[in-house]
Amino acid sequence: MAAILRPSLRLVAHLFCIAPFVLILVAIFRNSLGPDPADELAVRTGEWALKFLIFCLCVTPIRRLFVLQRIAPLRRLFGLYSFFYSVLHCFVYVAFLLQFRWMEVMEDVAERPYITVGLASFCILLVLALTSPRSVVRRLGRRWSSLHKLVYVAAVLALLHQFWIVRVSIAESALYAIILIPVLGYRLWQKFVNSPSGYSKT
Amino acid sequence: MLIKFRSKSDVLSSEITPESIYYSRRNFLAGGAGLALGVAATGFPNLALSADGDALRARAPEDIARSAPSPWWEAKFASINPAARGGPFSTDETLTPYGDVVSYNNFYEFGVEKGDPIANSGRFEVDPWSVTIEGEVDKPGIYNLEDILKPQALEERIYRLRCVERWSMVIPWVGFPLADLIKQFQPNSKAKFVQFFTLFDPSQMPGQRSRFSTISWPYREGLRIDEAMHPLSFLAVGVYGNYLPPQNGAPIRLVVPWKYGFKSIKSIVKIRFTETEPETSWSMLAPEEYGFYANVNPEVHHPRWRQDMETRLPQSLFGSSRMPTEIFNGYGEQVASLYSGMDLAKFY
Repeated sequence: MAAILRPSLRLVAHLFCIAPFVLILVAIFRNSLGPDPADELAVRTGEWALKFLIFCLCVTPIRRLFVLQRIAPLRRLFGLYSFFYSVLHCFVYVAFLLQFRWMEVMEDVAERPYITVGLASFCILLVLALTSPRSVVRRLGRRWSSLHKLVYVAAVLALLHQFWIVRVSIAESALYAIILIPVLGYRLWQKFVNSPSGYSKT
Repeated sequence: MLIKFRSKSDVLSSEITPESIYYSRRNFLAGGAGLALGVAATGFPNLALSADGDALRARAPEDIARSAPSPWWEAKFASINPAARGGPFSTDETLTPYGDVVSYNNFYEFGVEKGDPIANSGRFEVDPWSVTIEGEVDKPGIYNLEDILKPQALEERIYRLRCVERWSMVIPWVGFPLADLIKQFQPNSKAKFVQFFTLFDPSQMPGQRSRFSTISWPYREGLRIDEAMHPLSFLAVGVYGNYLPPQNGAPIRLVVPWKYGFKSIKSIVKIRFTETEPETSWSMLAPEEYGFYANVNPEVHHPRWRQDMETRLPQSLFGSSRMPTEIFNGYGEQVASLYSGMDLAKFY
């Protein structure tokens, strides 16, 4: 089990994660989201869901490389906040962009690949969030860590979803990909070359 | 074309308070200066203004009074003919507030976010400005904008603008018919198409410096010659009775109201008359998503956006301003005949 996070770090992390939500609320009340607030909300919530997912994946490599054991709990924290923002993102899409016209939601999912992959990513995050309470982790045992490897799939799908929407500039997608590729590479390298204890079959 | 005479009850847009005065109201209230002084200071003669409440206007930037790019512009803007009411050159629909028109823009030369153009175009130089005329014309050459505008009488047009991203606005433009400009240069019988180019100047346009851009600059657009000669096709040099801000395509831009917004190319520096269909930026980038014609059509969907509905801006979070999209953006009566016999699903 990871070392207990010092309360101050935990508090700072929570404040950091909740800040974008507070800023979004302020923008709603100040009516400063521009002429198409629903669209702007969808963009902001989606961006933060993706950012926290990437932060979450960075925790373990940074922890191992810099021997920072105490940041281990941040992985779960960032992951759950990513889920939180993805719930907001989906809510904005269904409630504000489509005003609960479920037929159109279904049509989007069926006909528009960027929606389909976005939903797939969300479904993975949902399963991971439901299996993240400590009691469930204990009950699932080793299967938990296999299940939670799906987070990498969720990240790739989320990035694809974002990339598909942007039409003319790949700058933002490229930035995320530049972070994501070494993180994924590090995990693969560990798995196949280094074979750390616990994963090794030999 | 319908010629409409003014009836007594018609409110000329020139009779409505100009936005510049409206927005400077606090200045003269605070300073205790007289209204007359305020009028003298702003210098704009007239024009349309949204009849909506303060809540919508509150979003507009305070400093909207634009100074003339150079003195001859002031003379040019001294008289502007109001849009003929009741016909296609005007509409009774609520205008999109000035603040939204100038702050929510797709102009990728200045950045890909909607707020980038207003943020990055503050120092854009529009004077002097020249336009190159080339190709199948009897009078090719490089013309000063002043000379191009000299024979044109400015008029107002209130048009719907429908973006392929499914949002729409209603905008009061100031300008003159594209046909009048084209006649000036006398295209020959081989001129079947007209191509337009936006300025290429990476030192002023940060979007053109980006390595991550997928557009090959300069931005270019085109029309068939009969589309270009249509009375609805318009060249705008102003908006809301005011000089065009850079983010809206200063100093001169195209407005083709029955086509998706990306056809209405901004900051034009070159017009080329061609015999064959010219290249257009979006169909060069994604030919399966964007065709040459790009007519607003609720039955032909873009792969990423259904096109049978649109959101009229501004909208609030809790009240939808969605409305059905009309064929040719509601200008079908005027333009449908241009496409008779054409399969619009094939020529999208």
